[in-house]
Amino acid sequence: MLADPLLLARVQFGLNIGFHILFPTISIGLGWVLFYLRLRWSRGEAWVPHAYRLWVKIFALTFALGVVSGITMSFQFGTNWPGFMQTAGNIAGPLLGYEVLTAFFLEATFLGVMLFGKDRVAPWLHTLSSFLVAFGTTLSAFWILALNSWMHTPQGYEIIDGQFHAKDWIAIIFNPSFPYRLTHMLIASALTTSFVVIGISAFQLLRNRTWEPARRLLKTMVIVAAVLTPVQIFVGDMHGLNTLEHQPAKIAAIEGIWHTERGAPLLLFALPNKAEQRNDFAIGVPKGASLILRHDAEAELVGLSAFDGKHPPVLPLFFGFRLMVGIGVLMLGLAWLGVWHLVRKREWPLWQLRAYAAMTFSGWVATLAGWIVTEVGRQPYVIQGLLTTADAASKVPAAAIGLTLAAYAVVYGLLIVSFMVVVTQLAIKEAAGEKLPPSVAEEMAAGNA
Amino acid sequence: MTSLDLPFVFMVLMGLAMLAYVILDGFDLGVGILLPFAPREEQDLMVSSIGPFWDANETWLVLGVGILLVAFPHAHGVILTALYLPVAAMLIGLIVRGVAFEFRVKATGWHRDLWNHLFSAGSLVAALSQGIMLAGVVTGFADGAKFTAFGWAVGAGLAGAYALLGGTWLVIKCEGDVQRKAMMWSRYAVAFAAAGVAAISLAMPYANPGIYAKWFTADNLVRLAPLPILSAAAFVGIWLALGRLLHGKSRKEWLPFVLAVWVFVFAFAGLAYSLYPYLVVDRMTIWQAAAAPESLRFVLWGVIVVLPMIIGYTLFSYRVFWGKTRHLTYGA
Repeated sequence: MLADPLLLARVQFGLNIGFHILFPTISIGLGWVLFYLRLRWSRGEAWVPHAYRLWVKIFALTFALGVVSGITMSFQFGTNWPGFMQTAGNIAGPLLGYEVLTAFFLEATFLGVMLFGKDRVAPWLHTLSSFLVAFGTTLSAFWILALNSWMHTPQGYEIIDGQFHAKDWIAIIFNPSFPYRLTHMLIASALTTSFVVIGISAFQLLRNRTWEPARRLLKTMVIVAAVLTPVQIFVGDMHGLNTLEHQPAKIAAIEGIWHTERGAPLLLFALPNKAEQRNDFAIGVPKGASLILRHDAEAELVGLSAFDGKHPPVLPLFFGFRLMVGIGVLMLGLAWLGVWHLVRKREWPLWQLRAYAAMTFSGWVATLAGWIVTEVGRQPYVIQGLLTTADAASKVPAAAIGLTLAAYAVVYGLLIVSFMVVVTQLAIKEAAGEKLPPSVAEEMAAGNA
Repeated sequence: MTSLDLPFVFMVLMGLAMLAYVILDGFDLGVGILLPFAPREEQDLMVSSIGPFWDANETWLVLGVGILLVAFPHAHGVILTALYLPVAAMLIGLIVRGVAFEFRVKATGWHRDLWNHLFSAGSLVAALSQGIMLAGVVTGFADGAKFTAFGWAVGAGLAGAYALLGGTWLVIKCEGDVQRKAMMWSRYAVAFAAAGVAAISLAMPYANPGIYAKWFTADNLVRLAPLPILSAAAFVGIWLALGRLLHGKSRKEWLPFVLAVWVFVFAFAGLAYSLYPYLVVDRMTIWQAAAAPESLRFVLWGVIVVLPMIIGYTLFSYRVFWGKTRHLTYGA
């Protein structure tokens, strides 16, 4: 089983894309946070440069990790999935091409100006650079999600001699699942970033309760999270209804519906039993799934047995989905609790700061779980209903894939640990009250006058 | 636009993106390769000289491989699966190097030393792997001990050529002691790079009869003579220009770098001439590998509109950081 090249190629690509997505998820949101801080800079509030200094460092780090793992992906399309490129290259290629042309160069070039050019260009130009970096990261999400969504809900193409040809680019880009997926991902990025900022700020406050930059950012981001979490739950629900329409097998696996049934329950917990095609130890809300998905308690939901074996595995989808939703609910609770404290103008209780600190990277877990649900949910296809993953795979020997897989896994593991350690160290250093450089301190003093 | 030879246009674009990549990322990889030769207090300045640029420089690689994917999807899979291991090695090298760049300034103590070592090691691994990939492309992915040795030789040559670009870049961007050292390193690197260019130039016609026929006819030898002659002249020119700088007889600090860029342009022209019209030597031409015309047209519009903007703001960013490098700060 482990020597199966297809499985190895999938694990390797999954590892890669899973590692990659962690960093853009933060840099998209953090780019806008930095743009906000840059705009506030001119008001002369002394906490802003402190906050900016910490988060721009974390941003630079995150961005670099995103760039290098993204380069890896652009090669792995060819090394791991040559069949995909040979069959669907006419569609996938241009969308990726536009991402490079319109987004990658923009963000990477202005990143240099944003990071190191503050004393070299006019303030408005530096602010503009900050905007262009944030805009570039968001634009890149637009293109890559257009392609990804097209693979889930393909349209606007024709197949000639076994190859996909583009018929209508607007239909390809704005395919049925694209608006939902893009919105869901951008809000996921905003929430992940919010909780990173909330968590790190809480961590700083635990060490230094009077650290103004952390107090300010914590307050702002708690409000952002409190607003966006319910929006995300709503958008996620819409996305789910869209999936039910286009990929019913994915929904059946998520809900653990083995056989078509009326009034299907909403399972809170169960152990899906593949051998016997049923769920063990199921605890659920009767008729809940039918009610949520069809807005009718007695509605019929199609089960996995109707898909003739061509459906995704149940286990990762069933638990991945519940993990994602669980974290979402936790985020909602903690964000609203935070707003409640802000309204009552109380000091942050110790346990709440600790809870926030513990939630720092919770967005990563939710995002990964969500991606596993949506991507594994497309199996056994790489392009829904049209091209199977097996047909797209390369014929590279298992040993070569296994060897490189091990190397990637080691490197990625070390990098994630290093990232977390360095971010924590930076936060500690900043909260210890390191002085601002004289030029910035003067600027702030002048602003206050 | 129907009469336009789209695969040819995209081959030219891909070639230019690859050339831009080897020159631009070449100098920052080269600085990484040279890093271990400098004492610790000078390393920060060396890295500062490439700080604002390396992210964007590496994007040219994504554009190059992106055009391969967009315009020649059939070759993309064939080439990248044939180069599976060197590609993986290069990617890991680039990953380690890119993150080490960020980690090294934020870490302290032995962590910092570790990231410095990883920065150089990653740069070297990326350069070596790219040389091995290049050797694979020009020999049509031939196997055997002879070709493996050839691959490593090209790798060493390319690492040398990158060190040359890096060294001459530092001559422009640094002053005093660091600059002086960079001049010395560049002189050593000239030898490496010249040997590498010579090796690949001689081995290619030897490995492939088609390439031999393209160069070694009486007519073609005369017509193509400027390429080797100009390359040799550029190498000698770099050596002499560095000598004059070292002895204080000249102040043209930019000259060695510009000549090194020309070396890359000439070498690239020779390679392009030898390989054309193949993407996979003797097996797949650009027309056989090309994507459908409607896809190429769609992307071409983007290229026409966006590429001038990219070039414009790239020039802008180099202008912002013009002049001698100072220690970089985030401005806060």
